[in-house]
Amino acid sequence: MSEPAPALELTGITAGYERRPPVVRDISLRVAAGEALGLLGPSGCGKSTLARVAALLHRPRAGTVHLAGRRATGFRHRAPRAQRTRVGVVFQQPRQAADPRLTLHDLIAEPLRATGDTTALPARVAALADATGLGTELLYRRPHQVSDGQLQRACLARALVLRPALLICDEMTAMLDASTTAALVAVVEDYRRDTGAALLTVGHDRALLHRWCDRLQEFPRERPLTPAP
Amino acid sequence: MTTTTAPAPLLSVRGLAVRFLMPGGADIAAVNDVSFDLSAGECLALVGESGCGKSVLAGALLGLLPGNARTRGSALLSSEPGVVPIDLPAADERTLARTVRGRLLGLVPQSPAGHLTPVRTVRSQLRETIRALHGTRGRDLAAATEAAAERAAFPADHLDRYPHQLSGGLAQRAATALALVGDAPLLIADEPTTGLDRDLVARTVGELRRHTDEGRALLVITHDLAAAERIADRVAVMYAGRIVELTDAAPFFGTPGPRHPYAAGLLRALPERDFTPIPGQPPGLDALPAGCAFAPRCPRATAVCAEPPDLIDGTACHHVPEPADV
Repeated sequence: MSEPAPALELTGITAGYERRPPVVRDISLRVAAGEALGLLGPSGCGKSTLARVAALLHRPRAGTVHLAGRRATGFRHRAPRAQRTRVGVVFQQPRQAADPRLTLHDLIAEPLRATGDTTALPARVAALADATGLGTELLYRRPHQVSDGQLQRACLARALVLRPALLICDEMTAMLDASTTAALVAVVEDYRRDTGAALLTVGHDRALLHRWCDRLQEFPRERPLTPAP
Repeated sequence: MTTTTAPAPLLSVRGLAVRFLMPGGADIAAVNDVSFDLSAGECLALVGESGCGKSVLAGALLGLLPGNARTRGSALLSSEPGVVPIDLPAADERTLARTVRGRLLGLVPQSPAGHLTPVRTVRSQLRETIRALHGTRGRDLAAATEAAAERAAFPADHLDRYPHQLSGGLAQRAATALALVGDAPLLIADEPTTGLDRDLVARTVGELRRHTDEGRALLVITHDLAAAERIADRVAVMYAGRIVELTDAAPFFGTPGPRHPYAAGLLRALPERDFTPIPGQPPGLDALPAGCAFAPRCPRATAVCAEPPDLIDGTACHHVPEPADV
């Protein structure tokens, strides 16, 4: 039997914003099926942009994205649903990522509702709330009524609700204390053990990524946005 | 006052408590019975998880809390020996604005990019602050602006940039430069390393440490234990609004290690150590238990934990006299 297709393959990605010079230049990387890859880089090096490209949230200027061997044909709203729902994303700032009007329950359930898969909704949300350590009482609060750590737990549950084959964590724990960090990483690892999902985690904390991932890749320090003095 | 031999602490906080009365009757106890001293040339790191009341404590010292906050206790800030100290929670807005903020107490804010005025250059903001605090005018002002930038290692050729043109590290230094203009003897740095990469953390920590070594007192509020270890002389661990451990940094991070079970759990959670989380989650600040707030998560909890523990010998735990080999 041949080796399964890599969960994610980025080839020659160049990406940027508006008419400004690219922040990512000709980057390639590969996350094997079931692998946990840590992408390390300093502030402002473009690693978040690359994560957004991998999650089909940002259209690159050049290069290709393959998810499980299939080439991504569109990005953002043009991304085919079958591909978009294969990737779960957790961002650094839960307060900016979470819709402030939704309860944590609806925040987690929204992707299920959007894909029309509501039969197993109550059980799935309850299972994820349990796995991420959110009590029943917290589920009916809104973002302003919970702490950063609790909100990030809900954002992680939302990213896992469609059972993605690839999870992308962009500085998921940079705002969080050591205990919450360890707890969230344990949730991700339990999910990966159960499903065999692959992981791309982006960050600058070498000790954390070293402990968490199978393999580390340094982001090439090419052209920082602001020259270091 | 003249009979004391040891120098009086610059900041002396006693029994400080902050509650927020929310619409609908909820009563949030964000800071409870906090006491500590801070002397010139010393750095105290206040560590704890998000939502434990750290930033509210800083807001109480600066008089920057919203109107529904109720503060009790005292926080005496001595400007110079022989002068009657100012009780920060009791001080009126006029005193805070004219003599405290910027002059006696400088704030290095949590998100420097959000703290700077987005529509004005760093030079313009520094000039305004220097003129307001020192009354400098004309040619002297230009020189003073460059000197102020220099003190925070902010590069002079970036002075004419707007905040959005600065990297995170440079925005941090611009905010630090502003905080240092008034030569305040006390600096409060609120999460100065959040979101910075390792090199920038090292540089920021080094610069803050230098300001301490030059004789300022520094209160660092952080959830980043690695940064706290590098910068602090003493550590205060906060849990659910209370200081549960207050001790010297070296034994806390080294041997024998922390004595409070929560502090021990926090250190064990580091990826360099066991990487195991503390089970459970902290209680909501609107529903604190009557006894020890950590008891529901604590491996050592027994019946006595239904009583709130006092901070004795730097640890607020009923079970500390047992061997500290946690």
